[in-house]
Amino acid sequence: MRIHADVGKCQGYGNCAGVDTEHFDLDDDGLVVVVRDTVAAGERDTVAEAVRSCPAEAIWLAGA
Amino acid sequence: MTVDRVVVVGSSVAGVRAAQALRADGFAGELVVIGAESAAPYDKPPLSKHLLTGESTDADIGLVRADDELDLRLGMAATGLDAARKEVVLGDGQPVSYDALIIATGVRARTLPGADEKLVRPLRELRDAAALRARLTAGAPVVIIGGGFIGAEVAAAAAGAGCQVTVVEALPAPFSRVLGPDVGSLLTALHADHGVRVLTSATVASVDGLPGDGAVVRLADGRTLEAGTVVAGVGCVPNTEWLAASGLPLGDGVLTDERCAVRGAAGIYAIGDVARWYDREGGVTRRAEHWTNAVEQANLVAHQILRPEASRHHASVPYFWSDQYGVKIQMVGRVAAGDTVEVLRFATPAGDRNVALYSRAGQFTAAVTFGWPRGSVTARQAWQRGAGAADVLAALTKLSGGVIPVGLAARKGS
Repeated sequence: MRIHADVGKCQGYGNCAGVDTEHFDLDDDGLVVVVRDTVAAGERDTVAEAVRSCPAEAIWLAGA
Repeated sequence: MTVDRVVVVGSSVAGVRAAQALRADGFAGELVVIGAESAAPYDKPPLSKHLLTGESTDADIGLVRADDELDLRLGMAATGLDAARKEVVLGDGQPVSYDALIIATGVRARTLPGADEKLVRPLRELRDAAALRARLTAGAPVVIIGGGFIGAEVAAAAAGAGCQVTVVEALPAPFSRVLGPDVGSLLTALHADHGVRVLTSATVASVDGLPGDGAVVRLADGRTLEAGTVVAGVGCVPNTEWLAASGLPLGDGVLTDERCAVRGAAGIYAIGDVARWYDREGGVTRRAEHWTNAVEQANLVAHQILRPEASRHHASVPYFWSDQYGVKIQMVGRVAAGDTVEVLRFATPAGDRNVALYSRAGQFTAAVTFGWPRGSVTARQAWQRGAGAADVLAALTKLSGGVIPVGLAARKGS
């Protein structure tokens, strides 16, 4: 599983970085930066919560 | 007890996100979502933002995905609850049984006392937004009663469409009671910069129809405002009437413990705008009408239903945002009367940004950022770790590159 982001959809709400600072941050323009796109086994729930917390649906998990 | 069937009452953001969180956590049982509105579940914040400006369409704001596998019962209000039999009663008298029940019936717009509802439009549901959008045409006179965030966003959308916009606000400045006069005047200036007239310390005495479909708004001080469209954003009321005979504890919302479980009712939870939960840190009950709160509570309750042994209490950072005139206004934390507020300007790589920082006895209590999402995230993390005011200021200064003096002295909030 890897984290994917569509910066074009990002609105800078910052909920992802509020939930999970290990994987998400915002840049100076207020757009999402995926700090690390790999998800360790124990991180799955937190990343999934961050994904659900995005009002713009700009981030998602995909792949094996 | 095994949970085979979860019933969610309310096709709201909270209700749908709770159902999705249950699926994500591996729940394979039946998931029934009951909604009073017949529209497919949709996201609420865009109603006063992108949907109103036409940047988004109805299709863009849908909440449900095909693989959620929800049993959606839309256009059907719940009218009662029999907690002893574990049944929700629908408008047609049909009972729906549950093992776990999630109450997410939200709030409805408060109506202006004495005003004709046909003349004074609310903005709470998709159909309200659709009706309003059609009326926001260039040159149309629009009067907005209430300068809260809904009113302010409608004003911004209407101004963007070229309407002649007037906002009627009862306070000396929008938000001045909660956010203090400095932030209130920043918001007033933002409106004024876009040609919107803000009448402050102004209360509405009556709204009367004019020939055609216009209206005249009469203020208590005798002034009159003619409008083609009048919109009210004067607060909301929790939808709890359907629970009046249920025996559940009610009082400006459904009362829950710190985990959003309804007190004295096993297997029943309340989340989102309708829930008044016990805040363990503050020792008080709270109700919040914010998107992020609704989603956090949805996650919490899904977790609790499936994995009660690992349940947490609701202790999120209060956060909401507003989009006005292309400026993202984000608030983190909670302001109380008497908090010290300081308005600062930071030189960020993307331009100068205003931030209002609130504190009490050196403790950071809240931050309002204007067009600086990254600063908002930094403030949110600081709030989470219980930072002091000096610590937040240092973190924001480091993030931006520097503070620019703006000559606004710190003063008491209210």
